[in-house]
Amino acid sequence: MTSESKSPILVVENLRTVFHTPRGDVRAVDGVSFELRPGETLGLVGESGSGKSVLGRTVMGLISNDARTTVTGKVTLGGVDVHGVKRAVRRKLWGTEVAMVFQDPMTSLNPVKRIGTHLTETLRFHLRCTRKEAEERAVELLTQVGIPEPKRRMRQYPHEMSGGMRQRVVIAMALACDPRLLIADEPTTALDVTVQKQILDLLGNLTTERDMATVLVSHDLGAVAGRTDRVQVMYAGRTVEQGRTSEVFAAPTHPYTDALLASIPQIENAPHSLLRAIEGNPPDMANPPGGCRFAPRCGYADTTCTSDLPLLQPLAGPGRSVACHHPLLAGAAPVGSEHTHGR
Amino acid sequence: MLRQFVLRVLELLAVLLLVSFGVFALLSLVPGDPAVAVLGEGREPSEYAALRDEMGLNDPFFTRYFDWFGGVLHGDLGSSLIPPVVPVWDRLVAAMPVSLELAGLGLLIALVVSVPLAMWSAYNEGGRIDRAIGAFTFGLLSLPSFLVGLVLIAVLVNSMGWFPRTGWVRITDDFGGNLSHVFLPALTIALMEMAMFTRILRNDLVTTLNEDFILAARAKGMPPLRIMVSDALRPSSFSLVTILGLSIGRLVGSTVIVEYLFSLPGMGRLVIEAASTGNYPMVQGAVLLIAVVYVLSSALIDLSYGYLDPRTRRARA
Amino acid sequence: MAGSGIAHLRADEKRALTVENLVVEFPVTGGVVHAVSDLSIDVLPGETLGILGESGCGKSSAGRALMQLPAPTSGRVLLGDAELTALKKNDMRRARAKMQMIMQDPVSALNPRRKVKDLVAEGLEVWGFEGKDRAKFVDDLLSSVGLDPAVVRDRRPHELSGGQCQRVCIARSLALDPDVLICDEPVSSLDVSVQAQVLNLLEETRERYDLSMIFIAHDVAVVKNISDRVMVMYLGKTCEVIPSDDMQNKALHPYTRLLLASVPSAADAQARAAGEATAEAPVKDVELPSPLNPPSGCRFRTRCPLATEQCAAEEPVLREMRPGQFVACHNVSA
Repeated sequence: MTSESKSPILVVENLRTVFHTPRGDVRAVDGVSFELRPGETLGLVGESGSGKSVLGRTVMGLISNDARTTVTGKVTLGGVDVHGVKRAVRRKLWGTEVAMVFQDPMTSLNPVKRIGTHLTETLRFHLRCTRKEAEERAVELLTQVGIPEPKRRMRQYPHEMSGGMRQRVVIAMALACDPRLLIADEPTTALDVTVQKQILDLLGNLTTERDMATVLVSHDLGAVAGRTDRVQVMYAGRTVEQGRTSEVFAAPTHPYTDALLASIPQIENAPHSLLRAIEGNPPDMANPPGGCRFAPRCGYADTTCTSDLPLLQPLAGPGRSVACHHPLLAGAAPVGSEHTHGR
Repeated sequence: MLRQFVLRVLELLAVLLLVSFGVFALLSLVPGDPAVAVLGEGREPSEYAALRDEMGLNDPFFTRYFDWFGGVLHGDLGSSLIPPVVPVWDRLVAAMPVSLELAGLGLLIALVVSVPLAMWSAYNEGGRIDRAIGAFTFGLLSLPSFLVGLVLIAVLVNSMGWFPRTGWVRITDDFGGNLSHVFLPALTIALMEMAMFTRILRNDLVTTLNEDFILAARAKGMPPLRIMVSDALRPSSFSLVTILGLSIGRLVGSTVIVEYLFSLPGMGRLVIEAASTGNYPMVQGAVLLIAVVYVLSSALIDLSYGYLDPRTRRARA
Repeated sequence: MAGSGIAHLRADEKRALTVENLVVEFPVTGGVVHAVSDLSIDVLPGETLGILGESGCGKSSAGRALMQLPAPTSGRVLLGDAELTALKKNDMRRARAKMQMIMQDPVSALNPRRKVKDLVAEGLEVWGFEGKDRAKFVDDLLSSVGLDPAVVRDRRPHELSGGQCQRVCIARSLALDPDVLICDEPVSSLDVSVQAQVLNLLEETRERYDLSMIFIAHDVAVVKNISDRVMVMYLGKTCEVIPSDDMQNKALHPYTRLLLASVPSAADAQARAAGEATAEAPVKDVELPSPLNPPSGCRFRTRCPLATEQCAAEEPVLREMRPGQFVACHNVSA
């Protein structure tokens, strides 16, 4: 893999995002680290409350230290310490070094602005080009993201376009100033099934063509499975498992990853087959369980799990690691729940 | 589009027709004898009766209405019953600009102050500045306008002597003089409206600032002030515009008080004087004119929604 | 597609629900939305019919029209032998209690000011409860949907998670002992791990209470997993009716096949890993045509790779291709 020889564009070290709320501190992201190189795509997978979206926004610096938020750890983006520099400096990164694609294209475009304005204002602001140049470039961008009749589209308002077309506009907007890192936060969740695939294909092709690094944040394991090089599975603000996507999905070692994969209905299943559901609900992040956050829902949990927080341990395989006291390693018998230690 | 417009204009005309009828009918029901107003008390009943006959007050209601309305269409609103006996229209033309200037300047000051204040407040949502602005506007809202006017007079006129207490200079005569006379009354009005505008806009801005498209604009690297002005303001201004429309109606009331306080020769004072002396053609004319201004400005407000939100514009087929 | 016809109705058998030629249209400024056009459905007792389609295909409008919320523009809806569309308002309300609906967003489907026990007992209040112990009845219902009555009984919806709210909705719908349960995207707003719980619960509930079910969703795999037959809808019309077992391999309608091809699959992943550029899908009019002005003939033809002139001129009618499989398309054959 050529991308591994390049130096990383993004380094995240022990990142923590804590929101101070009236109900107490919410540790939305709780000590996450990773690196990303040009041309590489990382999947951040998790359910709601796993902290994956907050992580994406903290990495970008959209969430940073303020009266109600504390961010610790370090994010280095293209050599700049995102949380260590002044706001104005950080803002210069946005759009040019790093850009974001949002979940819902119905709400991420300003309803009172024309499509053209969305694109040209970014171009004119960052590249200081003339209106005419910006318009030409905007038409070019719309063509690149597969929007037919770009000139006519420029004059339309968001509500005059379908969801898929709008998401293409959002992508064009993100790519306007050639960012080196793209963070796509649930980019297909709000779209129709037949459109989802088109958008994912588009993002994949653009990543390759432009040698961009991409973070794909999603709850949809299917989407992540086919479109990412590496994956990081998040639960309650922490990384529970990471590694090459194909390896993690083929042989999950964390009970959560395993259970999550098993709980998805597969088209191969026979009708009326019962699914392997994960009992219980994701934890209340203002008051997470002690020890392993997943322990209360885990079939393998014992007293160690409820008292000691497991840390990421390297496993065989490039970049593969898992945070579990009883990982599901091939050959090793799973520690059953009745097999309790020292009760 | 043209059809829309024509329908809209027809609708307006219908409303105005109804208003004219209402104004006329209402004043016919009000007690008081116009003949007494003209001749004064203590004449022979036959004199009153003769005058009533001459004024056409004994004609059937609809005859009187159509007579009056026919005159209105020709710009003839009748004459004042009380000396100086001049055409009603002339008095209105003299008084209307005073009220319009007062209300217009009042609204303008209110907007110029409240829009930045609301932005500042919303940007610091929940912070000290936000709470201070909230407390300030709340305080203003709880004060009646005449009190604010009196305080302004006491401080800026009586103590400081910065502004003239009463009177009026026409804008065409002396611009500076006009401004110094209109400023305090306009400020009195502005302070009242401003508090409401700031609170309404601030709340809508806070909602808008939490929208995804604001986050998207931030993620593009746009600076905060630019996002506030070019992304957040327009989608947040629906309630403000609605309130603005409603406040035009309310202003009719507050200008009366403020004109009285500052002895301005505006519509408010004209109506009060005319009503208290039974000078009914004057009241009819004034109320009709106020109604026309109100209806037209409301129509303007309605049109502005289309500008504010392209989604409310009829889709072009 | 996008055809009509009643070839797929099973005339001889006893049916829990029959829908014939259902039409739902909404007048809007500038025209009429053709949400559902000539839809026919039958559901046997104990059977689950999946209705599959993307947003705007009319699947939710159809579900609501079955409940008479609001009543369809035309067409007949028979619940057992009672023709809902012909009943007077009060009789209809009584009959409709035998058909219950589960909505997409469980949190907004529950009155936020009421306690769980009152929410579940709501229907009993309206129709009168003929039993001794209403509190126990409610507790039993809560237990049967996997909630601990002691814990949730006195809570309000905002104190529960989305999955728990959906369980309350299911308990509430069971209170009136319905024959038919209509589920409109019941899991699409839930987390993956919770989705499976609710799907399992619906499956168990259907068996235990001997319900017939209409399961409306956009997710091919979810629909296949829970249904006996699947009806694929596009722009208010039926494309294909197929036993769910045959879905994956035997689907014939081009739209059904497009939906199946859109499911991210392992093969797709391997192709990408091997560096084969997946061809950028030609953006051939990906826009869904407006339901205000649907295409003539087959409504899918504007996006269909097989479309011919015949498709524009003539609307395809459902034809039986294999036993139990009906397709409305001019250009496919078994």
